Amino acid sequence: MNRTGKYTVEFSTPPVILASAASVGKAEGEGPLKDEFDIINENDGIGSDTWEHAEAELVNQAVGLAIKKAGLMPQNIDIAYAGDLINQCTSSTFGLRNLDIPLCGLFGACSTFALALFCAALATDSGAARIAVAEASSHFCSAEKQFRYPLEYGGQRAPTTQRTATASGACVVASKGNGVKITKGILGRITDYGVTDIGNMGAAMAPAAARTISDFLNDTNTKPQDYDIILTGDLGQIGSKLFVDLMTEEYGFDVSSVHADCGNMLFDINKQDVHSGGSGCGCSASVVSSKILRELSSGKLKKVLFAATGALMSPLTAFQGDTIPAIAHAVLLCS
Amino acid sequence: MLIPIFFVLNIFFCFGLKYTERKVVILDNKQYDKKVKDASPNSPLLKNCVCAFVIGGLICLIGEGLFTLFSYLGQGEKESAAWVCVSLISLTAALTGIGVFDVIAKHAGAGTVVPITGFANSVVSPAIEYQTEGRIMGTAVKMFTIAGPVIVYGCSAASIYGLIYYFFLGGNV
Repeated sequence: MNRTGKYTVEFSTPPVILASAASVGKAEGEGPLKDEFDIINENDGIGSDTWEHAEAELVNQAVGLAIKKAGLMPQNIDIAYAGDLINQCTSSTFGLRNLDIPLCGLFGACSTFALALFCAALATDSGAARIAVAEASSHFCSAEKQFRYPLEYGGQRAPTTQRTATASGACVVASKGNGVKITKGILGRITDYGVTDIGNMGAAMAPAAARTISDFLNDTNTKPQDYDIILTGDLGQIGSKLFVDLMTEEYGFDVSSVHADCGNMLFDINKQDVHSGGSGCGCSASVVSSKILRELSSGKLKKVLFAATGALMSPLTAFQGDTIPAIAHAVLLCS
Repeated sequence: MLIPIFFVLNIFFCFGLKYTERKVVILDNKQYDKKVKDASPNSPLLKNCVCAFVIGGLICLIGEGLFTLFSYLGQGEKESAAWVCVSLISLTAALTGIGVFDVIAKHAGAGTVVPITGFANSVVSPAIEYQTEGRIMGTAVKMFTIAGPVIVYGCSAASIYGLIYYFFLGGNV
């Protein structure tokens, strides 16, 4: 692999996504993408005694099915890159503890899925792994418990908030084979524009997305119209608007005609009570692992620049009044 | 002669174009803050106020009704007031337990937070949420995570007021 420009990595033998799977919760299964998901769980408890186990079960479902769809067994996987929002990567670790796969736990907040795909592509292209798994998950209830209020607490949400997706997406990435290729990738820089409102994550993350995507476009000497979709992870309605504005104002790229956001696709913003849209690692993981990869495989889409964004604060730093550092990682998916 | 001049001009032209294309103007935090405020819709204040007024008023009406009932049943003024509190707390706890209270509160906002119902819900909801961590480290430890500050500052304010009342306003203990 080579470095193209200052920040971008170009894979010499582009790694291939052999198979992918997405497992989601009830609200996600009632959204506009209901026909795209592999597994729709009837309730968010997913037959588990705790929310953390429920999310771990989502991880297990998605990874297990992706491996099965690739015609492989867990013992064929050399490395799993997985991450979630819960402290100490709880859901990923507990979800994968019975699969006996060497695990590299990741934390990139909601940018985790792009980070996992990037790492899996690095590992397979370098020869460190023949087959790797990239996975990310989130669960509305476990995230509420860790970051916000108890579920039964009666409060009102601001219109700028987003709903954490109950979802997991997994991809099996191999050094050779047939499927969608990961041709390039970029790790983002931490970007902090001084946003302190944890009820407006889209606003905190939009500058990071704009920076990473403009870095990528500059490094590869391409323009937004060279891609079918520039897909951001979970900026939601407000973050998407800010992102498109920033791309024009700060970097001079007009992305309005090619931009889409997983947070706006996962839920029906008008009918489902999700305020500014979806969020969480599982949001972009499930949308990419279902609809986007399917359309890339079928040839409907040719080139998708997928940039997932993450807000890297913790409840602790939020209480300390610190601003929210954000990050965005991207991979280029080609059919 | 013309060719090198054309070549040099061409390079300048290209750089010029490139420069205008790739102009980077990074916003400072203040500029971005203004942009975020413009892009973010405000909470529907009027609707929230009306809902809070109606539902909050309704809860007070229920309280008054209960007060009249307990008085009718022969309780004194103080006892009736205490019974009203107990009833509203029990009712809120039950509604929180069956998952109805947060649905009402989503619309009511301050209407359910301000009366004693808000306090009851803020104690019962973490008690339910954290029961998976056990009766001691879960329910008991986390029960006051939301209500704790209200108790701390409520008691502090009451103590300060009591001292002022005792020393300066001639109050009797």
